[in-house]
Amino acid sequence: MNLGRALAYFPTFARICFRSRLGVFMTLIFPGMLILVFGAIFTNTGSTRVPLSVENLDHNSPLSQQFLAGLNATGVVSVSLVSPTVGNLSDYVTHNSLVAGLVIPQGFGATLTNRSPVRLLLFTNPSSAVAAGEVQGAVQGVANGMDLRIAGGSPLVTYVDLNAGGHIFTVIDYLVPGLIGFSVLVSPMMQMVNLSSTWKREKLFRELSLTPLSRGEWLFATLLWYVVLALVSTVLLTGLGTLLFGAHVTLTPLALPFLIVGPVLFVSIGLLAGTVSKTPEVAGMIGNVITFPMMFLSGTFYPVSMFPSWLVPVAHALPLYYLIDGLNASLLFGNVSTALTDLVIVTILAAAFAFAATQAFTWREERGRVLPRRSVTHDGARGPAAI
Amino acid sequence: MIRLAFDAYERRKVKRQNSPATLTHEPAREGGPAHVRSTTPVIEVSHLEKTYGKVHAVNDVSFDIRGGEVFSFLGPNGAGKSTTVEILEGLRDRTGGEVRVLGLDPWTHFDQVKARIGVIPQDFHFFPKLTPREAIRLYARLFNAKVDPDELLARVELTDKADDYYDTLSGGQHQKVGVALSLVNDPEVCFLDEPTTGLDPRARRSIWAVIRRLRGEGRAVLLTTHYLEEAQQLSDRIGILNFGQVIAMGSPSAIISKFGRPERIRIVGDPLIAARLKPLGLSMTQADGEVEVELHSKNDALPILQTVSMSGLQWESFSTVNDSLEDVFIRMVGHLEEGTSTAPMRGEVAA
Repeated sequence: MNLGRALAYFPTFARICFRSRLGVFMTLIFPGMLILVFGAIFTNTGSTRVPLSVENLDHNSPLSQQFLAGLNATGVVSVSLVSPTVGNLSDYVTHNSLVAGLVIPQGFGATLTNRSPVRLLLFTNPSSAVAAGEVQGAVQGVANGMDLRIAGGSPLVTYVDLNAGGHIFTVIDYLVPGLIGFSVLVSPMMQMVNLSSTWKREKLFRELSLTPLSRGEWLFATLLWYVVLALVSTVLLTGLGTLLFGAHVTLTPLALPFLIVGPVLFVSIGLLAGTVSKTPEVAGMIGNVITFPMMFLSGTFYPVSMFPSWLVPVAHALPLYYLIDGLNASLLFGNVSTALTDLVIVTILAAAFAFAATQAFTWREERGRVLPRRSVTHDGARGPAAI
Repeated sequence: MIRLAFDAYERRKVKRQNSPATLTHEPAREGGPAHVRSTTPVIEVSHLEKTYGKVHAVNDVSFDIRGGEVFSFLGPNGAGKSTTVEILEGLRDRTGGEVRVLGLDPWTHFDQVKARIGVIPQDFHFFPKLTPREAIRLYARLFNAKVDPDELLARVELTDKADDYYDTLSGGQHQKVGVALSLVNDPEVCFLDEPTTGLDPRARRSIWAVIRRLRGEGRAVLLTTHYLEEAQQLSDRIGILNFGQVIAMGSPSAIISKFGRPERIRIVGDPLIAARLKPLGLSMTQADGEVEVELHSKNDALPILQTVSMSGLQWESFSTVNDSLEDVFIRMVGHLEEGTSTAPMRGEVAA
C-alpha cells in the first residue's frame, strides 16, 4: 500500500463526504441536536419533578400545610393546588391529562390530632404509569413520616444517598458517551451502505480502479476520514455536554482506541452491506435494519440496565453495546479493565467484519469469481439507437 | 509450452519497445491533422475467449491495433464489445487466448498497463460534487503526473465549466470530463467505450474532434460505438462483432466494398418504368414509386437512362446509390440474427 497515494486521495474523499449534506448532518449536526435536546430535557435530573394536583379540602389546617410542604420537600413532586370547585378530581385529572391528583379530605388536621386514621385519595393516570409510581412513593413516604411524628417516634433505619465513585452522574453524563457511540455508528454505516452500493451502480469504483489507487489505499483513506469524524464529533459532543449542561465527562487516552476501532467496525459493516446488496434501495433497507435496532438497544439513550431482563441479552449481542460500554468505562468511570474488555470485543468484531468486507468488496474481476456481465436489456434501454 | 513461447515473445517485445518506435507518417484523413502511426502493434489480441458459465461472450477474437490508429468495434448489444474492451483494460480476466497491451498482459500487469492507458468507460459517471478541475488534480496526484488542469480542460473545450460541480454539467460535458481524465497520464492507448451514446449531435461532433486529435497525436484509440456514421467518420479500421465473434474486419471502405451491394441507379417516377427496364436483364428492386437497378459496371448506366428516356414515361429523378456502413452492418448482423449461415457474410478485408 502506498500511504502517499492514500493521503492524496483523502482530501477528495473528505470533500465528497463533506459536500454531501446528509453526511454532515448525520455526523455533526444530528448528534449535536440530540445532545442539545436531551440536555435541555434532562439538565439537573433526576430532579425532574412530577406535577401533582392537590385539592386541599382542609386548607386551614396546619397539618395539611405541613403535609404539602413535606411533599414539595421530597423533590419528586411539584404540588399545585386546585380549587375545590373543580368537582370530581378523578375526572379533572383525566380531562386535563394530568399525572396524578390528591384529595386531602376536610377535617384532615383535626382527625390526625385525635390520632384517628385518615384516608387520602390519590388519583393516578394509567397512561403515565412510571411518573404515577413516583408520586405514589412520595405520598406514601410523607404519610409515613407524618405518622411517625404524630406518634412521637423517630426513624431507626436511615440511609445516606451517595454516588458511586464520588461523582454525581446525571442523565446528561450517560448521554455524552451514548451519543458519541451513536455518531460513530450512524455516519459510517449510513454513508458506507449508500456510498458502496451507489458507487458500484454508477461504476465509480471501476473508475477509481483504473487509476493507480488500490483498493487498500481507498479503504485506508475512507477509514481515516471516519476516524477524523469520530474524533471531531467526540470533541463537539463532549464540549456541548460539558459547557452547556455540566456533563462530567473526562476525555482520556483510553477512549482513543474506541474512536479508531469503532469506525473500522461500522465502515466494514456498511461496506459489506452495500457490497452484497444488488441495488442501493436494498442496501438502504439493510442499513436501516442493522442501524436502527442497534441505535436504540445498545444503551445510546437509556442505560441497558433499565431494559427488561429479556432484552438485555439482545443488547449484549449488538456491537454498539460494547463500544458505548467501553466509552462509558473510559470517559465516565475510568474503569480500565472494563474498557479493555470492551475494546478487545470491539477489535475482534472489527477485524472479522473488515475481513468479510474486503473479501466481498472487489473493483475488478477476481480469478474464480466473475463480475456480473452487463445486462443486454440494460444496454438496450440506454442506447438511443441500438442497431 | 505455449506460455513459455509467449513469454519469450513478450521479452522480445519489451526489447523492441526500448528501441525507437517504428513510425510512419500518414496523410490527413477526413480533414483531420496529419498524424504519426506506429508500425508496431500496441494492442495484440489472439484467439481471445471469454465465457460466463455456458455463455460464450467472446469467441476466438483476434486483431491488433497500432499507435495513431482508430480501431472501432461495432456490434449489436451483447455482441461482446465491452467484454473485449474490459479484458484489454485489465478489468476482466480472459478464459482463453492471448492479449497484450503495450507488450504486457493487462490482467497480470494491471498496474503497469493502467499507468499507460486512458479509459472512458461505457456510461461514464463521476463524483457528483467534484468539479472538473478538482477531478483532474486528483488524477494528477494519483498518477503522479504534472498536468496543468486549465490546459487539459481547454483541450476538451471545458474551460468555462472548470469549477462547476459534475452533477450540474450536461451529458456531453460529462463525457468531456471523462476524456480529460483519461488523458491525465498522457496515455499511449485510449479505450473509448461508447463515448457519444446519448449525446446530442453537437456534443457528439465535439467528442469526434477530440478523438481525431488523439489519433493525430499518435495515440491508439479503441472505440466502441452504436453509431455507424461515427465509426465510418473516425475509424481507420473496423471490426464487426456478433455473438462474440468477429464477422468482418477492415477499413470502412473495404468492408463496404466487400460486403455491400453493387452500386445502383435509383429512379423515382412512373411504376411502369420497372417493366420497361426488365429486358436489360439487370437485378432490380421496386418499392414506393422507386426502382433501384444494380450496375455491374458504369457502362450499364447508359442503356438504363436511354430506356427510361425513350419510354415516354414520367420520371422525377435519377440518382446513384451506394451502400453505407450502416446498410452493410444491418445486412450482416440481420443475416446472422435470423440464423442464416455466417459463411458468406464473414471475413477480413485488406485495409
